[in-house]
Amino acid sequence: MRRLEIWRGAVLAAAVLATGGLLAGHHESGAARGNGSGLPPVANKPWQAECGACHLSYHPGLLPARSWQAVMAGLERHFGENAALDAPTRDAITGFLVANAADRNDSRRSAKIVASIAPGATPVRITETRYFQAKHDDIGAGIWKRPAIGGAANCGACHRAAEQGDFSERSVAIPRQTASAAGAPVKATK
Amino acid sequence: MREGALALLRLAAVALAAPVVVAHAATAQQLLGGYAAQATREMPAFTQFSAARGAEFYRAERPRADGVKAGCAGCHTADPRASGRTRANKDIAPLAPVANPQRFTDPAQVEKWFGRNCKDVLERDCTAQEKGDFIAYLLSVR
Repeated sequence: MRRLEIWRGAVLAAAVLATGGLLAGHHESGAARGNGSGLPPVANKPWQAECGACHLSYHPGLLPARSWQAVMAGLERHFGENAALDAPTRDAITGFLVANAADRNDSRRSAKIVASIAPGATPVRITETRYFQAKHDDIGAGIWKRPAIGGAANCGACHRAAEQGDFSERSVAIPRQTASAAGAPVKATK
Repeated sequence: MREGALALLRLAAVALAAPVVVAHAATAQQLLGGYAAQATREMPAFTQFSAARGAEFYRAERPRADGVKAGCAGCHTADPRASGRTRANKDIAPLAPVANPQRFTDPAQVEKWFGRNCKDVLERDCTAQEKGDFIAYLLSVR
């Protein structure tokens, strides 16, 4: 009789532990630790307001700190446009980006991005990284040109949870050819 | 007695809220007043802003040093009541206050965008007259 109870107890304990393990797995995508498919959740008002005015406020975990420093040091010639900021705002945003950069956080995705960049290289475009290119090598030129997408800079057109740093497959929805540009999910901030 | 206290409380709430609102928002007319004063300093012959000049300024396509023709419509479209689009395909809220009442209520924002966009399009800062004409035009759009 005692042996049966011990056996039952062990089975019950194992079941509880296994369930706990399964439940923990489901917490990947918004977890504070930022492992699994999610980059660590971040929030910063000037970053969202200023960087998000013209494009998705790209998650700092998508490039290493040195890349962000390069971008923020050249805002007057920001990919063909003047994006100049007053020094205090620029410095605050730079600090935020560097502190949460791909080589400063512990998420798996960020680690893979960093691993795909040569140590001496400082890419200023996320789309220049081998990681990005490998992940998107199945996207033909025609798809990038769809009106609702417009180009590789517009992550949010397909990655519906990009603003939360979630680039998992399950949150990808590629707009059709006939979807209008107005159907793009990225909202204006001004 | 209770009604009086309530009325007093409401009055206090309004009195406290009002200065906060005024401190953060300016009207377009206040902005124009500032640019008019500046325009007079820059060009003593300045008299007043012109919506017609502003419309011309808005529509002009100018060749830059790199040969590319640039103008406001490139991002803001030919109709300032319409939403524009950035080169990264993000929506830009309309410029004309009739379509977007938030426009020209924050002097810092206005100066920030003039600073950037004038350097991109004109390859120099806009004069105070150009800024005022531009705003006068957008205010006139119905």
